[in-house]
Amino acid sequence: MTQKLKLPPQVKETELKDLYKQMWLIRLFEEKVDEFFAKGMIHGTTHLSVGQEASAVGSIAVLESKDKITSTHRGHGHCIAKGATVNGMMAELFGRTTGYCKGKGGSMHIADVDKGNLGANGIVGGGFAIATGAALTSQMKKEGYVVLCFFGDGASNEGSFHEAINLASIWKLPVVFICENNQYGMSGPIREMINIPDIATRGASYGIPGKVVDGNDVFEVMNSVNEAVDRARNGEGPSIVEAKTYRSKGHSKSDAKKYRTRDEEKEWLLRDPIKLMAGVLIEEGILTQQEVEQIKEEAKKEIEESVEFAKNSPEPTLDDLMEDIYA
Amino acid sequence: MRELTYLEAVREAMSQEMRTNEDVFILGEDIGVYGGAFGVTRGMIEEFGPERIRNTPISEAAISGTAVGAALTGMRPILELQFSDFMTIAMDNMVNQAAKIRYMYGGKGKVPMVLRTPAGSGTGAAAQHSQSLEAWMAHIPGLKVVQPSTAYDAKGLLKAAMDDDNPVIFYEHKLCYRTTSDVPEEVYSIPLGKADIKKQGTDVTIVATAIMVHKSLEAAEELEKQGIHAEVIDPRTLVPLDIETIVQSVKKTGRLVVVHEAVKRGGFGGEIASLIAESEAFDYLDAPIKRLGGKAVPIPYNPELEKATIPGVSDIIEAAKETLNRL
Repeated sequence: MTQKLKLPPQVKETELKDLYKQMWLIRLFEEKVDEFFAKGMIHGTTHLSVGQEASAVGSIAVLESKDKITSTHRGHGHCIAKGATVNGMMAELFGRTTGYCKGKGGSMHIADVDKGNLGANGIVGGGFAIATGAALTSQMKKEGYVVLCFFGDGASNEGSFHEAINLASIWKLPVVFICENNQYGMSGPIREMINIPDIATRGASYGIPGKVVDGNDVFEVMNSVNEAVDRARNGEGPSIVEAKTYRSKGHSKSDAKKYRTRDEEKEWLLRDPIKLMAGVLIEEGILTQQEVEQIKEEAKKEIEESVEFAKNSPEPTLDDLMEDIYA
Repeated sequence: MRELTYLEAVREAMSQEMRTNEDVFILGEDIGVYGGAFGVTRGMIEEFGPERIRNTPISEAAISGTAVGAALTGMRPILELQFSDFMTIAMDNMVNQAAKIRYMYGGKGKVPMVLRTPAGSGTGAAAQHSQSLEAWMAHIPGLKVVQPSTAYDAKGLLKAAMDDDNPVIFYEHKLCYRTTSDVPEEVYSIPLGKADIKKQGTDVTIVATAIMVHKSLEAAEELEKQGIHAEVIDPRTLVPLDIETIVQSVKKTGRLVVVHEAVKRGGFGGEIASLIAESEAFDYLDAPIKRLGGKAVPIPYNPELEKATIPGVSDIIEAAKETLNRL
């Protein structure tokens, strides 16, 4: 490894290829989902994180397998980065029994509890306290795991943000709150919704660190999240890491994006996180241009296979309707 | 057998469970040295320490969600909400998270938590500290709802609630706290979903919950003097509901009075009346079903007005006699 590229100790240079592939899996999964919604092949709604892949991949890259996450309504990326199979995810969006939620959750509720993904959440701000509770379990049972709580800029104006972070702080719980500031809460520009430049500074109110990072730079994300995770694991309590990024697509499937300009979108596109990561990997001599392209093709193939898997999976029967309401 | 108050029975159930199950802990506001708003946890912090009798900030949104997150990851939390009116602030976590997680996630994950909370009027605490909102929770698939009326039932039902792998809302009526009954010292469990016939009778069935069980028993005693043998049934749990015991009773008596303190409009009594109307007991009815419930008004402060808001013993007597054409 060259001197220029600083990696946290948890991330080996040999893993970077896998992480780069994760970025593409997320991108291509979501583009496929976008296409299927446009064609009416899957119903309901979906929230895409295209353009935000680096915050998911970079944050989760520094975790150990025992660590846990809570996700958001824009959660496909977190799910893939935490080790979910695209087969199970695509099947879920197709509403099939082989999906992560047996076809009962859909895009907004994918969870993979066995792998430590405590779930996406349809309630904005719904994850703060759940992550805090999971961190409390870690502390009380001395399980040594850390919880990453992903949230958006919009969620930072929910009461649960303030209540849960205060609680996590006074109890020094092993949780890291990762703000994916993608500039908009649905149509609401964050600059109109808060009166401070950075959400991370809210950490000061609760006596915890808050750090702003370039959310499109996967390496910057991993280094900063790593510091926060270390701190949490050492019993020093929670932190906020704010990854400034951009939601390339609209809020959900029906969004004409009247609240922002095409110029602004183009500007952010210049700093596309996948492009940035590929550039660094090539420059550092970790991957060749050919390998970079090959990885994209591999990811594409996996997504195609996931579509076949989903299409060929069984629909739930009406007998399944009333199953799993109670344990 | 020794007598315990309802309040002591609740405390004993928790203490006995906590001595044998390390995963059980309590969190709530002022539950430490103060002993809780009504003194239920008094003395517990001395025995179990501040880790397991966890005093929290005044943050119902955070502590309810924290309980959900802790339960989802292997603890068995008991959350004490100081007044059941504050459910409004914990509502999102109970309704959108706790109740739905298992189903939404396709049967993966479980939320074994108990939310204990004092309900009801009669203490002069007026509109925001006196409500009976159990019908809200009974409306939500995924929750269980318990309403003990006696010390004996409180201890056994709380044991069942703590053993249950689902979120259970456990309503404690404030005026029941000082009532006493024989309570065995050993641990015992009363299954959720099993009604109790508090008094046998043949002429009219009175179904009552919480404090109204006591009022109905008083009414039944008076009716007895007038030669009317009322059967008093306490469902004890609204979800699951033991409708069968009520159906059998109504088939025997041919008359039904349903009484609760909660506002009559939209109250759970309407559900019981409807279930009977839909059941085989309908053909046995000799009179229209009578429902008694609170008036549709915020609970007032003035003691006479407060009393007039909810059904009294004389109302129950009158309703029973009305079904018998004995007015």
